[in-house]
Amino acid sequence: MYYDKLIFEISKKGRKAYSLPKSEFKNHVINKDLLRDELAELPEVSELEAVRHYTNVSFKNFGVEKGFYPLGSCTMKYNPKLNQDIANNPLFSMHPYQHLDSLQGVLEIYYETQRILSELSGLDTYSLNPYAGAHGELVGLMIMKKYHMDRKDTRRTKIIIPDSAHGTNPASAVVAGFDTVEVLSNQDGTVNLESLKEALNDEVAGIMLTNPNTTGIFEKDICEISKLVHDAGGLLYYDGANLNPILGLARPGDMGFDIMHINLHKTFSTPHGGGGPGSGPVGVVKHLVKYLPSPVIKKVREKYIIEDSNDTAIGQISHFYGNFGVVVKAYTYLLSVGKENMGNIGRFSVLNANYIKESLKDDYLLPIKGVCKHEFVFDGLIDKSHHVTTLDVAKRLLDYDVHPPTIYFPLVFKESIMIEPPETESKETLDDFIKIMKTVAEEARTTPDLVKGAPYTTVVKRLDEATAARKPLVKYRDLLE
Amino acid sequence: MSKIVKGLYYTNTHEWVKVEEGFAYIGITDYAQESLGEIVFVELPEEEDQAEAGEEFSAIESVKAASDVLSPITGIIVLVNDDLEDAPELINEDPYENWIVKVEMENKSEINKLLSAEEYKEICE
Amino acid sequence: MFKYLPHTEKDIQEMLEVIGVDSIDDLFHEIPSEMLGKDLNIPKSHSELEIYKRFADLAAKNKYLIPFVGAGAYDHYTPSVIRHIIERQEFLTAYTPYQPEISQGTLQYIFEYQSIISELTGMHVSNASMYDGATATAEAMFMATNVKKTKKILVSKTINPNILKVVETYAMYRGIVVDYIDEVNGVTSIEDFKNKNSLEYAGIIVQNPNFYGIIEDYSGYRSILDESKGLFIMNHDLSALSILKTPFEYGVDIAVGDGQTLGIPLQFGGPYIGYLATTKKLMRKMPGRICGVTKDSEGKRAFVLTLQAREQHIRRDKANSNICSNQSLLALFVTVYTAVMGKQGIIEAQTNSVNATHYLYDEVTKLPKFKKVFKHDFFKDCVIETTLDPSMMNEKLAEAGILGPLALGKYDISKKNMVLFSATEKRTKEEIDKLVSILEVL
Repeated sequence: MYYDKLIFEISKKGRKAYSLPKSEFKNHVINKDLLRDELAELPEVSELEAVRHYTNVSFKNFGVEKGFYPLGSCTMKYNPKLNQDIANNPLFSMHPYQHLDSLQGVLEIYYETQRILSELSGLDTYSLNPYAGAHGELVGLMIMKKYHMDRKDTRRTKIIIPDSAHGTNPASAVVAGFDTVEVLSNQDGTVNLESLKEALNDEVAGIMLTNPNTTGIFEKDICEISKLVHDAGGLLYYDGANLNPILGLARPGDMGFDIMHINLHKTFSTPHGGGGPGSGPVGVVKHLVKYLPSPVIKKVREKYIIEDSNDTAIGQISHFYGNFGVVVKAYTYLLSVGKENMGNIGRFSVLNANYIKESLKDDYLLPIKGVCKHEFVFDGLIDKSHHVTTLDVAKRLLDYDVHPPTIYFPLVFKESIMIEPPETESKETLDDFIKIMKTVAEEARTTPDLVKGAPYTTVVKRLDEATAARKPLVKYRDLLE
Repeated sequence: MSKIVKGLYYTNTHEWVKVEEGFAYIGITDYAQESLGEIVFVELPEEEDQAEAGEEFSAIESVKAASDVLSPITGIIVLVNDDLEDAPELINEDPYENWIVKVEMENKSEINKLLSAEEYKEICE
Repeated sequence: MFKYLPHTEKDIQEMLEVIGVDSIDDLFHEIPSEMLGKDLNIPKSHSELEIYKRFADLAAKNKYLIPFVGAGAYDHYTPSVIRHIIERQEFLTAYTPYQPEISQGTLQYIFEYQSIISELTGMHVSNASMYDGATATAEAMFMATNVKKTKKILVSKTINPNILKVVETYAMYRGIVVDYIDEVNGVTSIEDFKNKNSLEYAGIIVQNPNFYGIIEDYSGYRSILDESKGLFIMNHDLSALSILKTPFEYGVDIAVGDGQTLGIPLQFGGPYIGYLATTKKLMRKMPGRICGVTKDSEGKRAFVLTLQAREQHIRRDKANSNICSNQSLLALFVTVYTAVMGKQGIIEAQTNSVNATHYLYDEVTKLPKFKKVFKHDFFKDCVIETTLDPSMMNEKLAEAGILGPLALGKYDISKKNMVLFSATEKRTKEEIDKLVSILEVL
């Protein structure tokens, strides 16, 4: 199969796929000592070969436009084509060093997006500089650190994180120079108040929470949690990964959160791109605004300006102003949805999640009963007598052209299957998914080996991940040895 | 039921110690290797590094997990099991044969703080 | 009804029946009522036509200027093929490739990307990308301080000030001390490095070509570092590596930088892409994702994320880094750019950029109010001194539709009469001659 190869493997010396105008300038010769000894062995193909190659590569992928993608905590909603068209306008692709007078349109997009996010979340001001959710977390924690440093409170070295939290939370805390303290969850995944009270003292800088939490449950005690943490002198950080169900309905700022990040590539429909680029804007309450990373975009009288705020800010965490190309898409989405529809995003995503939960709870083990928000967790199959694992179920779903839900997270359950059906999915799609899940559960009962050996219809079958990790082959040259 | 070898000392973080003439061989238990799954990499210290009781001296990676290995014993690492560099799966095959380091014991009484095979068996249950 | 929300009244009723509640409100009962129902000051819902109008209004408030500045963002040509490929829904809307059986597309291009980075830098292994060159440099610093178990690092003053600021910020919160190596006549002072280096430092970070566009000769740095067992970190313009001596040839341990110069459009500063590549010895210390090759159960070649045990979702607070996503779609972008431009095309684009910048330099420094500063050779940025006020000069240039050079005064008071120009393969002789003719009469 000619096109099952790498671009290097279809390369042939002398072919080209580019065209540049003839150089009008005299050739400048650089000293030989500064040049590389041998040229990089990069591909040489014709334009059709390049296009055909990557088109065939794309066929080995699964996108949201192909089918249902119920990955918990990822919010795989439809990525509107309009967002792409608007973002592709070359008039918005200027050099970052253009002068303010020539940038007023671009800066207005930034400013308006900041303002709308503030309104939606109940926090005073946003920075759009962070490049991703994890990056936003880091920024938020740096803000906490600087806040306490400025108060001359050097004892606060710890961040409280629930045991159900996503791995980026403790990792971000460490990168920001903190130690982590874990608090326990209740049966329903919510924060155990006793465990929290025990952990709170004058060494705690703050707490990182997701609400709804990673099991899809709303922290009903959030106001009390907020009071406890504030009384102990700490700040509250909101991980915005789960913002979708409360968007336009409830606001983290009103729950007592001081700092939060938003994932534009989750809640605000910008495409995931196979793993990026994302955007993780950070919002803060009024007294923390001065800490937002430099540079900041402001409106002074009727003009938009870019200001270096390094004298009070946590510092600088991006070369320029963040992923503007992503921000434009989010702004387009915000305008498309608008005030009239914003609240329905949460309402329908929650409706979808509860519908699937109730439809499958006779086949899959539901550890947390009752109403969930936009996502929920099953703890594997109810019938575990044939030892069919969550992994086996996930692999078998691939044969039915469904992208599996998130598996083995959150860690609080052994066989986690986390399902999030965004509001853009119709009842018919959900019914199909329910039928497929029931079919696989039935297969697990009657023909378990079939499920354990899946997938059968994908372009590759189960992979030997151990050998890949033991003897890593990480580039084309490694394959030639 | 994971295998526990008599005559060795154990920690509640699933390391084992074999004492031989003032030296301690250290490895991870059957319970540990089972929990990790197929081991793909063992991060080895260098010979002449200092091991501190209760502190990490190695880390073991499987495909889906990674675990720190804590030293039960303080002392200088005199020998490192280089076989584990190319064949980390040896620990899965026999976790008690395939030790990770040999340490010159600085303080023999540290042994008294460790668990016996029976005490370790209780922890595993 | 709204076009992104498919639920009809009938759908809603049927679903509520299955759930066993009367209304959707019942599904929000645990949220305190005082939190709900706020009247939000956000725009009304816009139809597509209204959105186009809004953005037309916004575009009219901008003025696109022809850039004669680089300094971290370069106006290189983007082949037409690329956008069509990266906008394929299979690439654009897919998630991170955690289920490799249906993500062979993403995994394959990541593998090709890693191969390209290795070829250009000469290094053994590259990760699947970082957010940008500046944060990649900061992460390289963390790699070094983790490996050497020391909390001090040396950094050259010839590095782009924005990269420096990001490195300083990341260092500060982790308690890492950043010390500087002096700049002398536009280049890093190896004498100063020799004097300051010690076992206390995890290593040194340098940039090539440096902030002033100068191609620095870093021979000799490896042997100084060998004495202190420090790590050599180099931030290098990715496209320039098609021509210039590689980090590998300089004995670098960690190569980082931004891949924007492989045809990524300016986009007012992002998204770009950071790369990080290192030696075999440091492979498991790299942050971010890595793609490897394996076989499936039928012996077929397949790609898979590997060495995941180091990442945040497993190691959590012991992870090498907190990075979760990368810049995947931009990795595809630079991969397709490389495939299309190819071995010769990247060299040609960069050569033309070098030639254009040198032509600009020669012509501008002929003018009475401009003069040369540094004697070292430069790549596609150049420093020129002027008696004109840089702000006034740039204002006049903007009126003519030109984005003038970066004034260096705000970064270094001793350089307040100096400006940083750049020209890429997109700049024609006509455009440069026009620039010169405007400057001539100022």
